[in-house]
Amino acid sequence: MSYEISLLTTMGISVMFALSLNLITGFCGQISLGHAAFLGIGAYTAALLGKAGLPFLATLPLAMLLAGVIGVIVGLASLRVRADFLAITTMGVGFLFVGIVRQQDALGGELGVSAIPDHGLGRVGFMVLTLVLCVVVAVFCLYIRRAWMGRVFNGIAEDEDTMRVLGIDVPRYKLVAFALGTALAGLAGAFYAYHLQFIGPDSFGFVESITVLSMVVFGGIGSVTGVAIAAALLSALPAWFQVIGDYKLLVYGALLFLMMRFSPGGMAALARRFFSPTEKGGDGRPGRPVQGGRS
Amino acid sequence: MSLPLLQVDEVTVRFGGLTAIDNVSFAVNQGDLLGLIGPNGAGKTTMLRSITGVVRPSAGRVALGGEILNDLPIHQRIRRGLSLSQQLVKPLREISVIENVALAAGSARTVTPLRSLLSVACDEEMAVAADMLARVGISAHADQSPAIQPLGVLKRLEMARALALRPRVLLLDEPLAGLNSKEARGLADTIAAINEQGMTVVLIEHNLSEVMRICRRLVVLDNGRRIAEGEPRAVMADAGVRAAYLGGDTTAASADRRADHA
Repeated sequence: MSYEISLLTTMGISVMFALSLNLITGFCGQISLGHAAFLGIGAYTAALLGKAGLPFLATLPLAMLLAGVIGVIVGLASLRVRADFLAITTMGVGFLFVGIVRQQDALGGELGVSAIPDHGLGRVGFMVLTLVLCVVVAVFCLYIRRAWMGRVFNGIAEDEDTMRVLGIDVPRYKLVAFALGTALAGLAGAFYAYHLQFIGPDSFGFVESITVLSMVVFGGIGSVTGVAIAAALLSALPAWFQVIGDYKLLVYGALLFLMMRFSPGGMAALARRFFSPTEKGGDGRPGRPVQGGRS
Repeated sequence: MSLPLLQVDEVTVRFGGLTAIDNVSFAVNQGDLLGLIGPNGAGKTTMLRSITGVVRPSAGRVALGGEILNDLPIHQRIRRGLSLSQQLVKPLREISVIENVALAAGSARTVTPLRSLLSVACDEEMAVAADMLARVGISAHADQSPAIQPLGVLKRLEMARALALRPRVLLLDEPLAGLNSKEARGLADTIAAINEQGMTVVLIEHNLSEVMRICRRLVVLDNGRRIAEGEPRAVMADAGVRAAYLGGDTTAASADRRADHA
């Protein structure tokens, strides 16, 4: 039973993390290849504050805040660069995070942070809280999609120059997307740290960033339901099949390639085509390539 | 005398060593339908871009209703009452025709991210969008995807979207380009009708016969300089305009004949 509880918790954290990237890349069209850095910022913030004596629940808003603030700073880069250049810039941020953490003894250096205190909720309580917050994040994403903010994000993802001509303050909306997405990644990171009770720099490297991007692409860029299912599935696969865990980068890289080649709209688009060949709708709109894939 | 609605005052735009606009001034009054014409490379689109803020003038100023716009980014100029219908039509292709227009109609809801987050309802905006589509004559295409529309419909969609912003000045960048003569005439009639309903319009257009037919006033640019301004027939009779815009007397006479037919 404890294996199932742990697996469900891992799946919940992955869904939260994937939905946070989907908000930036799927909704607003801003490619990010360094999103694991924000998972790491949340994880390190929660772990260090927890070790300093702060209760688990109190670390959550602080982890979100720090990740969100740094996310806005990175988002400022998105105002000056687009597409391929944004992909390279965010990839650089990911490497920068790992590089900095490795060199800082205060952050545990290469050895990471261990003996993170217990959350005090019990294994089942922690799993339930993870899953509840996971649902809250998903509902929040669905709400954004329905709200005018979702319409603006869609427009920016498709053609930000046209949105400017419609009187939209594009830079501000992009920064909001980065703030929301990275803060939610920070939340997922805090749960990650308390779930494993150990974190190291390698847990937040390029491989993790590609893994979460694979989840978003596999589920269907922009589709909340598709991304949630994909993240749950892909996070469980390495636990079910040892070989996937051993060749993670290879498997997820291949998945990315195959999806972009044969179904850029991901599983969500495949499901729509299967269940209703004439309909384009689904949970809001068809998946589409992000700006990083357009140039 | 009342203040012009849009004032372009001694605007100069330089790209490196090239002067694209050279000390150009003109005014647009409330209710005008002003044609901004000139041969290729005259600087018309650059002029329009400096009004909307895509290009920042090297000198001079642009004012709307007395407020100087020079330091404002594009979206703030739009929110102060400019609206641009672009030459290359760029609808959002993932949403329907009416949703494209509703997005513009909802500009009050998208003024800040917070307000857009707290706003969900769009009934009012859809009603405004339906009204705008009717105004430009493409109601039948409302629920269709822009991806399958012919150019004539897309040009009208672009105009409906610009109108949905409830502008004080509507800037039209070659709306008739690429249309056949029947479509161009129909769209020109629509532009004239919109102007007659009180909308101030600045029209950049190469289709001289339609410009002569619907515009009340013309400003002619050549090599980045303003070479004439005034009532259309008087402007086209100007020798300098004939030489610069039409390339010589023979062609000018031919254009005159076209204008007479129009």
